[in-house]
Amino acid sequence: MTHADATPVLELSGIGKEFGAIRALHDVDLQVLPGEVVGLMGDNGAGKSTLVKIIAGNFRPSHGEIRFAGNAVHFNRPVDARTVGIEVVYQDLALSDNLTAAANVFLGRELKRKFGPIALLDHKAMAARALELFGELRSETRPDDLVKQMSGGQRQAVAIARTRLSNARLVMMDEPTAAISVRQVEQVLGLIHRLKEQGVAVMLISHRMPDVFAVCDRVIVMRRGEKRADKPIHETSPEEITALITGAKEAA
Amino acid sequence: MAMPMESPISFTNVGKIRWWQRGIFASQTGYVLLALSVLLVIMHFASPYFFTEGNMQNVAKNFSFIAIATLGVTFVIITGGIDLSVGSMMCFSAMITSMVMTELSAPGSPLVHMAADGKTVLANVPGLILLISILAGLGVALIAGLVNGFCIAVLGLSPFVTTLGMLSIVRGLGYVVSNGRGSFPGGPDADYFYALTSGDVLGVPVPFIYLVILALTMAVVLHHSAFGRHVFALGGNEKAAELTGIPVVRVKIEVYVICALAAGLQGIIISGWLGSAPANMATSYELNVIAAAVIGGANLAGGIGGPLGAIVGCVLLEVIRNGLVLAQVSSYWQQTLVGVIIILAVLVDRIRSRMT
Repeated sequence: MTHADATPVLELSGIGKEFGAIRALHDVDLQVLPGEVVGLMGDNGAGKSTLVKIIAGNFRPSHGEIRFAGNAVHFNRPVDARTVGIEVVYQDLALSDNLTAAANVFLGRELKRKFGPIALLDHKAMAARALELFGELRSETRPDDLVKQMSGGQRQAVAIARTRLSNARLVMMDEPTAAISVRQVEQVLGLIHRLKEQGVAVMLISHRMPDVFAVCDRVIVMRRGEKRADKPIHETSPEEITALITGAKEAA
Repeated sequence: MAMPMESPISFTNVGKIRWWQRGIFASQTGYVLLALSVLLVIMHFASPYFFTEGNMQNVAKNFSFIAIATLGVTFVIITGGIDLSVGSMMCFSAMITSMVMTELSAPGSPLVHMAADGKTVLANVPGLILLISILAGLGVALIAGLVNGFCIAVLGLSPFVTTLGMLSIVRGLGYVVSNGRGSFPGGPDADYFYALTSGDVLGVPVPFIYLVILALTMAVVLHHSAFGRHVFALGGNEKAAELTGIPVVRVKIEVYVICALAAGLQGIIISGWLGSAPANMATSYELNVIAAAVIGGANLAGGIGGPLGAIVGCVLLEVIRNGLVLAQVSSYWQQTLVGVIIILAVLVDRIRSRMT
């Protein structure tokens, strides 16, 4: 990486998680640098989601330390993670179909104008800012259109625009390309490039090998709750990653 | 990170949604409004009495009697919930209001004194008894709404079951406090009470005025406040609402409280018009109220609805009832027809959404 000396946005050391007698994660160390796209791969039950939920503040780790931009952080709730600058784009995107794109982008942090004691929504400002964000993401999405009427790619853009609103420094995307058409996959990968250009670190959780190889700088493979590989993308191959995921190859 | 845009977005692949494909024009409310206008025209030709001032006043008054509660239940329906306890709530609030009024007006209450003739009771502070009794009536509605909201939002019980239970609880309590006899507004402030509930201003029935004010307030709250936006978001995708940090529990409790208060207010107004609050008052009104909301375009699956739809639904029901009376059709047909219209309204909306 070009900026290997930069402070990592996210640094996990010795992260472990037990649910009763089940060890879901064991001694995971990892770093994510600013503007880096990291692929997180692994079979079902490998510990990917647990790891993501720990970073997003859904679970507290049983062991280990999380550092964000150099400072140790402890998340009790997802809101805590969001406050420091970690945003998650969920697999089902967490959009309200019956609202407009702009309303979804600003959901839970609406812009308001004060009229005496009454605060009313500032529709104009929200639409303008949303249009700006869609412009940055180069997505043809109108702020006033209902999400119900949008394509999969546009929905992704709305979900990602939401993360841009808070100037997140780390965006985690959970299977963003799982259920959309080939053309829309292109758009989503484009959106990830836009985030990278703006110095945002992206963690891409995906099952789709081609997508990971298309956008990621580095790939991390999880298996049985442990990190088995952490390699720059150009030093590995889909075959090797597959072997690591299935366990044909133990570690790399 | 205000980046200058390299080029403004061009919408080459994404067509613009036309004005007639969005907003009210593409909603069930719009279609039902159209149907209502057609119905009004038909009524005009069918009966010379329909558009007379007296009949219009009657219609306005009658639909106002369920419309305020319909506004309240629309809030709940938009979040994807349901409130079956509105009918009982109307009765209980009305009953408590008139009982408190009578109680406070009895000789010996600190709020009254005897007039010179030794028989008539006068209020020490005019209007105070009325205010306290209405607040008491709304107070019990508030409590019932909080209990509904708590059970649904915090304990996670199903809205249908919770409010079905509340329907029975509140109706039962009504019988308990009144011994099944019902109650009557009485005392020195009763005249104010009747003026405020069944009077009229310049020929416009006061319930109708309340309705218009409340509907306008509701429109502003739903479309121009963060609370309203959260209500819609909750109905559209509850999980998403939660993930984006909307206080889901609070919003849910609030809508059930709003609904109960609207029903309570409605009950108090109805009792003013009836002149009493009988223990079986407003029985099964919840069905009329929910039917009106659904006909007007509120979607029981959540996410869609508004004050205009609620009112349009109520007006449609009342115009049909009124029309059947003017046409001298047996009033037993009314209920059958209402059922047909509920299904038709939803059917037309389904066909429309298939076509686009």
